[in-house]
Amino acid sequence: MSEQVESLIRKEYSAGFHTNIESETLPPGLNEDVIRFISAKKNEPQWMLDWRLKAFKIWQGMEEPEWAHVKYPKIDFQSISYFSAPKSLADRPKSLDEVDPDLIETYNKLGIPLHEQEMLAGVAVDAVFDSVSVVTTFRGKLEEAGVIFCPISEAVHKYPELIKKYIGSVVPQRDNYYSALNSAVFSDGSFVYIPKGVRCPMELSTYFRINEMNTGQFERTLIIADEGSHVSYLEGCTAPQRDENQLHAAVVELVALDNAEIKYSTVQNWYPGDEQGKGGIYNFVTKRGICHTRAKISWTQVETGSAVTWKYPSCILKGDHSIGEFYSVALTNNYQQADTGTKMIHLGKHTKSTIISKGISAGKSQNAYRGLVRMGPTAEGARNYTQCDSLLIGDRCGAHTFPYIESAHPSAVVEHEATTSKVSDDQLFLCQQRGLDAEKAVSMIVNGFCREVFKQLPMEFAVEAGKLLEVSLEGSVG
Amino acid sequence: MFVSDTMLKINDLCAKVEDKEILRQLNLEVKPGEIHAIMGPNGAGKSTLGNVLSGRPGYEATAGHVEFKGQDLLDMDPEIRAREGLFLAFQYPVEIPGVSNMELLKASVDARRAHAGLEEYSAIEFMKMAREACKTVNLDQSFLKRGVNEGFSGGEKKRNEIMQMMLLEPSLCILDETDSGLDIDALQVVASGVNAMRSADRSFIVVTHYQRLLDYIVPDYVHVLANGRIVKSGDKSLALELEAKGYSWLENEAV
Repeated sequence: MSEQVESLIRKEYSAGFHTNIESETLPPGLNEDVIRFISAKKNEPQWMLDWRLKAFKIWQGMEEPEWAHVKYPKIDFQSISYFSAPKSLADRPKSLDEVDPDLIETYNKLGIPLHEQEMLAGVAVDAVFDSVSVVTTFRGKLEEAGVIFCPISEAVHKYPELIKKYIGSVVPQRDNYYSALNSAVFSDGSFVYIPKGVRCPMELSTYFRINEMNTGQFERTLIIADEGSHVSYLEGCTAPQRDENQLHAAVVELVALDNAEIKYSTVQNWYPGDEQGKGGIYNFVTKRGICHTRAKISWTQVETGSAVTWKYPSCILKGDHSIGEFYSVALTNNYQQADTGTKMIHLGKHTKSTIISKGISAGKSQNAYRGLVRMGPTAEGARNYTQCDSLLIGDRCGAHTFPYIESAHPSAVVEHEATTSKVSDDQLFLCQQRGLDAEKAVSMIVNGFCREVFKQLPMEFAVEAGKLLEVSLEGSVG
Repeated sequence: MFVSDTMLKINDLCAKVEDKEILRQLNLEVKPGEIHAIMGPNGAGKSTLGNVLSGRPGYEATAGHVEFKGQDLLDMDPEIRAREGLFLAFQYPVEIPGVSNMELLKASVDARRAHAGLEEYSAIEFMKMAREACKTVNLDQSFLKRGVNEGFSGGEKKRNEIMQMMLLEPSLCILDETDSGLDIDALQVVASGVNAMRSADRSFIVVTHYQRLLDYIVPDYVHVLANGRIVKSGDKSLALELEAKGYSWLENEAV
């Protein structure tokens, strides 16, 4: 494409700032003592420490995977610090007045002032600031409904039976290199339990921040929707600008028991690195859910950040008539690399899955969709529909599709459609001739391309996602 | 507001596409309220003229000067030309999947009004206007919700262009072979849209191959473009003469 497009692809990261909150940070390095330190810091019971140590042993025996369509310098896991917590946290604040003003300021910069959010309809915020959950709101209202929404570190103490039963049940410690690492050193994250038959009265929302230099972020989230319950969970992230690559290896486990429904939406905007691709975050995430009979899990993600993304939110459709959905927009610009997609594992009879993936590449970025649809020998009458669209902006980026389809049942139906298109000079010019500048035009075209996925997002998230794409593409034409 | 007695003044305009010289010292003056028809054989540079005036990338003015409402047109970015009131009805309108007609229209009109220091229309106000415009060009209102030109027939695309023109209220409308591929009914719809917009402070440049359109949109002047320059000008009777005699008798004059 023309030079026009090229010069629009450049713009400073708008959420780039760094807050000075005193932290307690471990020196870099990883060994058993570090794991014992993390566990002790959280006053964990012995069983939790044992579980971490077992994961560490497993991790030590594993190799870093290299099959993804991404390139990055070898990570030195001994140069990473595995624990940091804002100091002011020893005593948990009871209200926002007790919260470190610096932190409030950070939220203000991000446009999400908590004091307003408390009043905002229906969204409870579990703010994860570095490794420890700092502020939790709307607890009372949720408790009334019997919904548990708290830091996982707290759940280890308060709900040990649930944690013991479900942690690692969907993403086992030995599942992959990063899940093993996460299991050993996970810092904190969210725990959600929706009791039988309860429809969670509000959308649950978590904002993640990475704010400590050289600190790996190892979130662990566990959501359990008991029989016939329903929950919508929103996860949104922005991060400060920084120079060194940061490793992020989160694990998210979803359990949807019979007739339950979990909707998990993510807007991810971690620092992608500068124009040369320097300094961005490495995002190696394992997200997976299991659906029991007639249960439904729906993943919606808008991925615009990170230097390297390696992420495949997946569904195991174990129960008969269960449903898995994956709606994704992945945008890469400059030197960003994304290898993302999903796995739909059909085990139950008449299980159904839908995959809608929209990849947008600009600058010199590489964007790959990797998806697996497996119809197991017991998946009688199972169906999958996959639609995979790629949009290229400029002529120095790449889009790749790696669909894997395995069918072990003759009555299973798998459909796959794929398209690749470019934002054409003609489309751009049509918009310009109607009075729009090139940047606005590209953003409009790209938003149109993503419409099917944005439709799946809760309203306020959809607006945010549209804005995020606009910001991420600024400088991609010009 | 700047008032000029000239809408568009083209002096010795030369332009090339890739490395080929297409316009050669073209001269044309359009006053407010006038309709000028540009006719001529294939490859004469008719479409190039509209593209150069609207600033399409790849169409490069190499010499000459163009004044639009007293300002240097060639100095402006394409979107600024549009906001200043220059409108090009495309010969081949492209599709923009997923972007609704309404969304593009509202953003366009907002941009033009902001440029003029006017307030945006409210969504409700604008919806009303858009529905009216749909009626005028005989397009179902469902077209407002559909993706821009997505799956439109040839005739629907052209009527959509005229609808956009009505909502943008440009000062200078350039119609690039808007009649091509239209049946007689669609042609009449397009023409009545244009005629409804005629006013003392709005001008039209109608590029066409065929005299037929000029039965419905009656021009003040007819120009023949051949080999990159205007070789003959006259009133609407010239169009009839061209239909009878063809262009070959004029092409020699252009060399």
